[in-house]
Amino acid sequence: MKIKGQALALDDLDWEILRLLQENAKQTYTEIGQRLNVAHSTVYDRIQRMEHHGIIKKYGTVVDLEKVGIRQITAVMTIFTDPKESEKIAQKLSEFSEVSEVFTSFSEELVIIAKVIATDQAELHSFIAQSIAPLPGVLRIRTSIVTRKYKEETPQTVLSHTAPKA
Amino acid sequence: MSVSPSRILRNVLREEAFYFFTSIGNYTGESAFSLEEFMNKIKEINIKSLEFHLYREDFEKWVEQTLGDSKLADEIKGVRNLKFVGNALRDRLYNVVSKRIKELKGGHSGSR
Repeated sequence: MKIKGQALALDDLDWEILRLLQENAKQTYTEIGQRLNVAHSTVYDRIQRMEHHGIIKKYGTVVDLEKVGIRQITAVMTIFTDPKESEKIAQKLSEFSEVSEVFTSFSEELVIIAKVIATDQAELHSFIAQSIAPLPGVLRIRTSIVTRKYKEETPQTVLSHTAPKA
Repeated sequence: MSVSPSRILRNVLREEAFYFFTSIGNYTGESAFSLEEFMNKIKEINIKSLEFHLYREDFEKWVEQTLGDSKLADEIKGVRNLKFVGNALRDRLYNVVSKRIKELKGGHSGSR
């Protein structure tokens, strides 16, 4: 890893380590080293540096709540906003524990797209009606409830596309 | 406990206002900060929104729990029990609310 101007430049080995960690963050340094034909100490050093510089932000756990009997619904909200208030609304949305992802987008109008998790439709509606609709600058909201998930994971394709070609 | 007409007719805070949706999570952008504004919205709001809220009992809950008007809440419940839809529902609801506002402004509240 090198510092180029204000950006940090990763080499091929860094990218490979990141790819393997995204596949399974529980792999040991030795396992990663064996897969990449490098010493475990090299893997350790690279990971330490990437953690130190905030390139690796955190390690997460994907929990299958249905297996422990917890049912939940996922919904995607498109929030049409007054452009002057969009930033504040996006920041406020990010603070709610019910909201897992927040994006802004501009097509014909400036909108905020947010993913919400709730235990059922009643809870989802209460949350939107009581916490989102009253926010100043919210013009209207369209909500789609997810009926089936076909894929849900960190997009590894981003890494493979971003990694410089050797 | 008696709730005064002026309290029922007051403007409420942003977090206490009624927000009109057409279905779960779909907010129309229309809201009412007072009973009078609520009455005016009944005239113009998408009929789907009236049907959605009436049959979820949202109107009577807001009128009773936020505005404190149990008499109007009972009257709205009566409209719900008639199972009207479309403009028949809009007209009946408007009549009930506008009549109650006249009553409150005339000083004959009849509230708790």
